Formats: sequence, structure tokens, C-alpha cells
Amino acid sequence: MAIVLEARGLNKSFGAVTAANDINVALEQDAIVGLIGSNGAGKTTFINMVTGYLKPSSGTITFGGRDITPFNPRQITRLGICRSFQIPQLFNTLSVYDNLLVGIGIVVSGGKNWAEASHYVGTPGAAVDGMLERFRLTDYRDKLAGELPEGIRKLLDIAMAMAVKPKILLLDEPTSGVSADEKLTLMDMVMEAVRAQKVTVIFVEHDMEIVTRYTQRVLAFYEGRVIADGAPTVVLNDPEVRRYVTGEIPHVTAGDKHAAH
Amino acid sequence: MKRDPTLPILIAGSIILLALGPFLPRWAMFLINVSLCYGIVVLGMLLLMRTGVVSFGHGLYYCLGAYAAGTLDQVFKISDMAVMLVAAVIVTALASAALGLLLRKYRDIFFAMLSLAFSMILYGLLVKTSALGSSDGFNVAASKIAGITVAGTAVDRYVRYALTVVFAFIAGVFMHKYLNSHMGRLAEAIRDNELRVEYMGASVRNVIHVNYVISAVLAGIGGALAAIAVGHIDPEMAYWTTSGEFVFVGILAGTGSVLAPLLGAFIFETIRSFAYEYSPNTWQMALGITMLVVIMFLPGGLWSLFTRKRKAA
Amino acid sequence: MAQLLAVLIDGLIYSSWLFIIAVGLTLIYGVMKILNIAHGSLYALGAYSAASLAGYWIRQGYPPMGSYAVMVVAAILVGLVAGPVIERGLLRFMYGKDEIVLVLVTYAVFLILEDFVKLVWGVDPYFIAQPYGLLGNFTVGDLTYPNYNLVLFGAAVFIGVVLAWVLTKTRQGKMLLAVIHDREMSAAMGINVGRVYFITFTVGAMLGALGGALTAPMISVQPGIGAETIVLAFAVVVIGGLGSLPGAALAALLVGIVRSAAVHYRPELDLFSIYLVMAVVLIMRPKGLFSAQEARKI
Repeated sequence: MAIVLEARGLNKSFGAVTAANDINVALEQDAIVGLIGSNGAGKTTFINMVTGYLKPSSGTITFGGRDITPFNPRQITRLGICRSFQIPQLFNTLSVYDNLLVGIGIVVSGGKNWAEASHYVGTPGAAVDGMLERFRLTDYRDKLAGELPEGIRKLLDIAMAMAVKPKILLLDEPTSGVSADEKLTLMDMVMEAVRAQKVTVIFVEHDMEIVTRYTQRVLAFYEGRVIADGAPTVVLNDPEVRRYVTGEIPHVTAGDKHAAH
Repeated sequence: MKRDPTLPILIAGSIILLALGPFLPRWAMFLINVSLCYGIVVLGMLLLMRTGVVSFGHGLYYCLGAYAAGTLDQVFKISDMAVMLVAAVIVTALASAALGLLLRKYRDIFFAMLSLAFSMILYGLLVKTSALGSSDGFNVAASKIAGITVAGTAVDRYVRYALTVVFAFIAGVFMHKYLNSHMGRLAEAIRDNELRVEYMGASVRNVIHVNYVISAVLAGIGGALAAIAVGHIDPEMAYWTTSGEFVFVGILAGTGSVLAPLLGAFIFETIRSFAYEYSPNTWQMALGITMLVVIMFLPGGLWSLFTRKRKAA
Repeated sequence: MAQLLAVLIDGLIYSSWLFIIAVGLTLIYGVMKILNIAHGSLYALGAYSAASLAGYWIRQGYPPMGSYAVMVVAAILVGLVAGPVIERGLLRFMYGKDEIVLVLVTYAVFLILEDFVKLVWGVDPYFIAQPYGLLGNFTVGDLTYPNYNLVLFGAAVFIGVVLAWVLTKTRQGKMLLAVIHDREMSAAMGINVGRVYFITFTVGAMLGALGGALTAPMISVQPGIGAETIVLAFAVVVIGGLGSLPGAALAALLVGIVRSAAVHYRPELDLFSIYLVMAVVLIMRPKGLFSAQEARKI
């Protein structure tokens, strides 16, 4: 399988805090990859670097062989890498319909350096209605994004990322804030929409059941490093992962050691 | 699907104004003329406000448009209205394209202050330029239109009036279509969440720059038309309080429709003319109080009165 | 050489004036995040009040030296009356609205006060020149300056030092700094933000009025001085960094010297040298000379 996205030797520090420590990851076309790790382990920092929001202190990121490290979010989006956010980034004063219409309008009016992903056929309006159907948002079509329930906001955030025809889709905690019984429905819907478009998916997740159910490969983060990389069952049984991520093996941190004395 | 009556009203309104023109008393024609000049400028403010940006320096382009017209007359002895308007468009387009390169990087107070600074720079330059009359300005005699002499003829005033009505109509239709297009939606998206816009592949700065230029050209056209209508221009057009008036009318009118700035400008000019005549020392106070009332009770501007009524129907 | 000295002295005098008119504005912005356009009106009110009261004092034959105290008292009174009226009577109801809406509210107040001044004092200019010449002159080489300018300089330094001391050494001052830094966090820590706003606005109003009062003997006090001054105060505040006192001081110094140089070498640039400085500074430092850091959003 072709390597579509590769990160080599990524480092990122914010003063004394190391958010990324020598990260090396190679992602294959059409893979579905999960990123796990406790809060602050570096998962969102990784996504922020890949999408151009943060510049790594050192290291490179290549997409289809092309070095995208110095690019900004707009350029990276146009190349075909899109993302959703931990806190949904929507246009709160626009309707759900208009939120998607803006995105599709950007693709349709895009210039030469827009992603080679196939452009929309038919009218932008029809394309929006299609997306609304696929994501079961049709009932919310004319509602203002700012008035939606949290789960629907997350869904819209993901739909907007899909609207600009990504080749790689990065989802930052797609099911956080969504009630337990809705999580699976949400992920099923997203994965179905993704399969229809041949997209490589990476998503950050804290729910291990979702990780095992939907991913083919898992990367475990801890203190800015990737401590495990492989099939879900293998990674989830890795002793380091069990200690530092899922918490199944209790571990003593330096802080605890001090407290004990 | 509610039908937007804006276009029909624009068309009907323009036809009515053009037809009524010859029968209106001079002061009424003049009032409508000057109001619409202001209204055209405020259409530009509307666009910027929809994009989430407030300029406190649009007097710069209003003044540039007027002085482009005036300079053609005074210096080059070209007193053709059509040429003046073309000159105003070119000058303001070039100036805003250049200044926009810097301004597009700023928002909020900084955008407002920088735009104010540029307008005050023009003010300062004009006041010190004796060749252009310094702070007194000078008279502008636009006597022809597309080669045909109108000054001194019976239709002189009507031609100036009709010219403004026609341009207000064109500007209104253009802005209406623009705001309802992808660019219009993108502008509102930018006002709402710039980060998301960048993350969907559009350049926020490019859109702001383009909209800035459009609004500047509108201000220039307004200024040139004002020069043609009034016959006198002075550096006060670039003073920050003039820009403040454009902002004021924009807020007063609201951003609900392109009809709002045109109507709002007319109300503003009417109040100003009458208030100034009866009590020159309190019209600013009246303006200030009106602004407070609108801000407190009608945050959508006066236009929201109309939309509320329609929703209730 | 003599010209250079003139540039420096004129520059320092103008810088002092700029600092005095700008410091209240930046204080109010820093604490309340409001760009108070009405500051220009307070300046005007201060100037008119000082001119009236000092004029009355001198006409009545009281010791002319007392006119200085009278001017300062006039300014303080203006601040103590106008400040609370505007803040408690109007602004208080607008907190929480968009920043630009608050600016427009202060613009409305500015318009109202501009006419208020005309109604109370009429449109003819007032002259109150005695305090200006009363103290005699000082000479530097060939150049002669009224000693009043030293008063201006002294006032600027005094205000700067007192404010700096109050803000960093007293408890109330540190609370102010806390609110400047993070309003929500300060409220969560139990600071009475409403009271801080009230005090800040009143102090800012007094400083604005004081600027006008001290300037009155140097100019003809007439309608329009508020509008002229507020744009200059804005420019200084923006150049220095919104809400920064050291920024305002540095900006005042920078603009003062540049404008003085312009007046002496390129008079046609005089009126807008300040805006050129603003444009240049903002290009190099987009938020002004001293500006706060912003936290990450996503």
C-alpha cells in the first residue's frame, strides 16, 4: 500500500514542555488509524502540526512525497488534508445548510491548486442536500449552527471537514461530548461516509471500544512520544500502553513518589 | 421559501425617484441626491460589517473620489461627470488595493485605527496643500456629462439627481447580488469563525482585501457624486468625524438588506439638515441620543423594525 | 546644533502633553477593554471648566498663583462628576456587548458632550493666558521657553510615577493590574470588578479633564478641541500598546520627538507625522510596542 502521509523526526517544544518527541509515523492509503493517549500526551499537537496550525521545532511532514512542513492550514486543506476539532468549529450564525454550502462553494470556486479530488457535479445546493442526507442532518437544515445540540454540532463539524473533499481526514475526538448510546451510531455514519469517498482516516479517541471496533492500526502517545504502533489488539495489550494510556496497570509518577515520603 | 422583495423595491424605488424628479422642489432633489451619495458609501460599510470588519477611515476614499473629480476640473479643466466618476473609481481602487495589503492583516480596533490613521494622513496632506485650497477646499464645476453640456440648462439639477439615483440603483443591485453569492456567505463565515474558513481552504485575508477594495470604490463614487451635486469639496471629507458618520449610519440602518443603508442615509441626512437649521448646537446631541437608543433597543438597526413586522405577519 | 536642541526640547514638551492626554485612555482600555471616544469630551470639559474657573478667579483679583490650583480642582471636579455619570448611568448597562458596540456608545456620548459644551459655554473661544506667562521663562542658549512648559513636563512625570507606584505597590493597584490581565479570572478570585471599573473610569475621566485643564492656558479653548485631541490620544495609545502605561509613555516620547523633528525640518508632515509613526510601528509590531500574549485556541 502506498505511503500517503509521513512524519519524520517531529519535535515540538513550548518552552520547557515537550509536546512532541521524535515522532516517526508513516500512514498508508485508505488506512483507518486511531491515536490514543492520555490528555497532554501530544495527540492534538500532532494533528495541529500535520494540518499546519503549528510549526514543528524540527522534523518534516510529507504528503504524497511532497514536503508540507512549512505550509499553513489553508494550503494543507487545499492539498486534501482536512480535520475536525475537539471543540466544534462552526459558523454559529449561519444555518446548517449554509455552513456546508460555504465549504462546497469554496471547493467549487477553487483555483488551480485545489485538491485533485473530484469536484462536485450538479449544483452546490444539491451537493449540500446530499451531504445532509448522508449525515442525517436534513432535519436540522435551516437551524442556526449555534443552536444545535452538542452531538449534532460534532456531526456538522465532521461533515464540514468532509465537504471539502479530503484525501486524509483527521478527526480530533469525534465522539467526545456525545452520549454513550449515540457514539456508535455517529461512528457508523462517519465511517460509511468515509468509505464512499476513499479517504484515509486518523482519529483521536479515548473510548477503547471504539478504537478496537473501527481501526486497523493504533498509535499510542505518551509524553510526546509514540510508545506503541500496530494492530489494535497488540497495542492495547502492550504493557507500556496498559500502564501509561489505559491505566490498567497502575504506575507511580515522580509526583507520587515525593508524596509518599 | 420567503421571497426577498429587495430587488423589486430597488427597481420600483429608482423608477419612482426618476419619474418624480422634475416635480420635486429644489431642496428635496438636493436632499435625496446627497442622501444617496452617503447611502452608496454606507453600502460599502455594510459589506465590511458583514465581513466582520469596521473601518473608521472611509472618509479617505470619499474624499479621494471627490478630489479626483475636483482635480480634473480645477487642474485639467475636464469637467465631464462621466470622466470624473471613472477617475474616482480608478483612484480609489488603486489606493485601496495598496492600503488593503497592509490593513488585511488587522482586525477590530487595530483595523479601525489604521484606517483612521490613513484618512487623517490625507486630511493633513490636503490641509497643507495650498494649491488645492488648504482647509477651505475649492469649488467643483461639473458642467458636462459624456460630452453633453448640462450646466446652465434647465435639466442641470435633474441630470445630477438622476445620475446619483442611477448609481445608487446599480450599487444596490450589485451589492444585493454579491451578498447573496458565495462571496457574501464567505464574508459572513469570516465574521463568524476565521479559523474555520482557513481550515476549509479559503483565504480570509484575500476576501477581506477584495471587500475592502469594493467598499472603497463605492465610497469614491459617493464622493465624486457628492462633488458633482454640491459643487464644493474640502478636506473635512477625510476627517475622522466624517468616517464616524458613515459608521453611525451603518449601525443605525442595520445590515439586514441593501435597502437599509440607502434608507438610513436618507433619514440621517434629513434629520441633519432640519436639526441643523433649527438648532445648530444640538444636532450632534440628537444624533448621539439616537445612536444610543438604536444600540440599546434595536441592535439590528432600524431595518430590524421591518423584518420583525414581516415575521409577525 | 541649536536646532537639534530645539527639536529635543519641543519634543519633550509635546511628549509630556501627549502622555497626559493618553494615559487616562489607555488605563480605561486596559481595565475595561473600552476605547473611550468620550475621553476627548472630558478633555474639552476640563479645558472649558479650567478656563472659566481660573478666569473667574483671576478677574476677582485673587492671587494669580492660585489659578493653578483652581485649574486642577476644576479638572478633578469634572472627572468626579462626569466619570460616575457616564459609567454608572450608561456604560454599566453595556458591558458584555461587543467591543465595537462599546466604542460606538462612547462615540454617542462624545457627540452629546460636544453639544453640551456648546450649550453651556457657547461657541466663542475662551482665552485664559495668564497662568501660561505667570511663571516667567527659561532660556537654553538662544531659545526661550515659558516655564509653564516645565509644569507640563513635571505633571507628566508626576502622573506617570504616581500611577506606576499605585499600580504596582498598592493593593488596589494590583487588583487593577489583575483585571487588566484577565477579567474573568479576577472576578473568580473575588475581585469586585464592577467597583474596579467605576474607579478606573472616574480616574481616567479626571486624567482626561486634567489634560484639558493644563492645556487651556496654552490654546484658545473652543469647540472642536475634543475631536482634535482624541485622535492624537488614540494614536499614542495604539502605538504604545492598548492598556500599557509604559507603552503610552514610550509612544508619547517617540511621537513627540518625531513630530518636533517634522515641525522643524519638514513642516508639511507636521499634522500627520503621528499617523506615520503609528503605521510604521504597527507594521513592525502589529499590536503596538508593548502588547499582551494570546493563548492558543484549538
